[in-house]
Amino acid sequence: MNEPGKRSLNYPLRRREVVQELLKSREGLLVVAGLGAPAWDATASGDHPLTFPLWGGMGGAVSIGLGLALAQPDQRVLVITGDGEMLMGLGSLSTVGLQQPKNLAVVVLDNEHFGETGMQTTHTAGSVNLAEIARASGISSSWTVRESSEISTTREKLLHEEGPLFCGIKVRAETLPLVLPPKEGEILQKRFRNALMNENGD
Amino acid sequence: MEPKKEKTREPQTWANRIHEVFKSHGITQVSYVPDAGHSRLIQLCRDDHDLRTVVLTTEEEGVALATGAWLGGQRSVLLMQSSGVGNCINMFSMIRECRIPFFTVITMRGEKGEFNPWQFPMGRNAEKHLKLCGFEIERVEKSTETQQVIDQMAKQVFMNSSMGAVLLSQQMIGVKTFKDE
Repeated sequence: MNEPGKRSLNYPLRRREVVQELLKSREGLLVVAGLGAPAWDATASGDHPLTFPLWGGMGGAVSIGLGLALAQPDQRVLVITGDGEMLMGLGSLSTVGLQQPKNLAVVVLDNEHFGETGMQTTHTAGSVNLAEIARASGISSSWTVRESSEISTTREKLLHEEGPLFCGIKVRAETLPLVLPPKEGEILQKRFRNALMNENGD
Repeated sequence: MEPKKEKTREPQTWANRIHEVFKSHGITQVSYVPDAGHSRLIQLCRDDHDLRTVVLTTEEEGVALATGAWLGGQRSVLLMQSSGVGNCINMFSMIRECRIPFFTVITMRGEKGEFNPWQFPMGRNAEKHLKLCGFEIERVEKSTETQQVIDQMAKQVFMNSSMGAVLLSQQMIGVKTFKDE
């Protein structure tokens, strides 16, 4: 029997490799990384001042990306988050669908589990399809990726096609060594703004 | 920067004054979950092509949106009613920890004249909740005070990177409807 909770243990895509590929030679890309594993994955690809890794604010990653995308319409904004975090803020997909920011791309690393809290299954292990929700929310470019052969074209689309874009990437459920970003929110905020706007302090 | 002084031309509602103060402080993103009391202000913001209005599905989205806007160099404001405060509480932790300047204008429910008892628990406690979350809070009881209070709070928020809420009393909104003065 193919138990839904077990299925993702055998998914071919590995989250760290996927994020590494998405963030390679990132240039001016602005990144919001959702709390938990996506923030560790982004950090494993190299701590960067233009990544805003979240240690809280669950359900808010896409909305942060939207506010940033509206403020910086000439920069590409990539939100990388997890299925649990996305499920807590599904309404934000409707808000993005209505606003239609051309420079916003959302990636959900979907391992079908709450990875930080004991690997309980999420809704995506059962009946829920996030890319279909995104599409029905008005993000017409929404798709799901399962194979490593799709990753390089996915990267191209996410970084260069007209947004809003949504990509659910089915990744293996696995517990990886922690690679933690700086924890102090005020420092993360200020270094991001400094890097983006060459600000000095406030 | 002082908001423009209004000469006696068209009758100015408190909503017009708030809209002007937003502009004078360089606010460019206005997010909201509607309230009848905010409807004129929302319309003024929507009609203003220099402002980006974002209708939300829940108020906490607005807190996260404000974070993103600030990261991208823009100032924003969240318009909501007192019941929305409860929806935001965990997200307020983020702006406090990250020291994001955050400004919200809240129309009060559950005060004198409220007809819906389900509004009382949040209406009566919104101010306490906000205080616990680290907000500076001002109440507006009279429409004539609106401009000054909003202006002061916006200064406070954006100069000092603080969290500020202005509460518009139900009496002021309800009694005067949208045609005060």
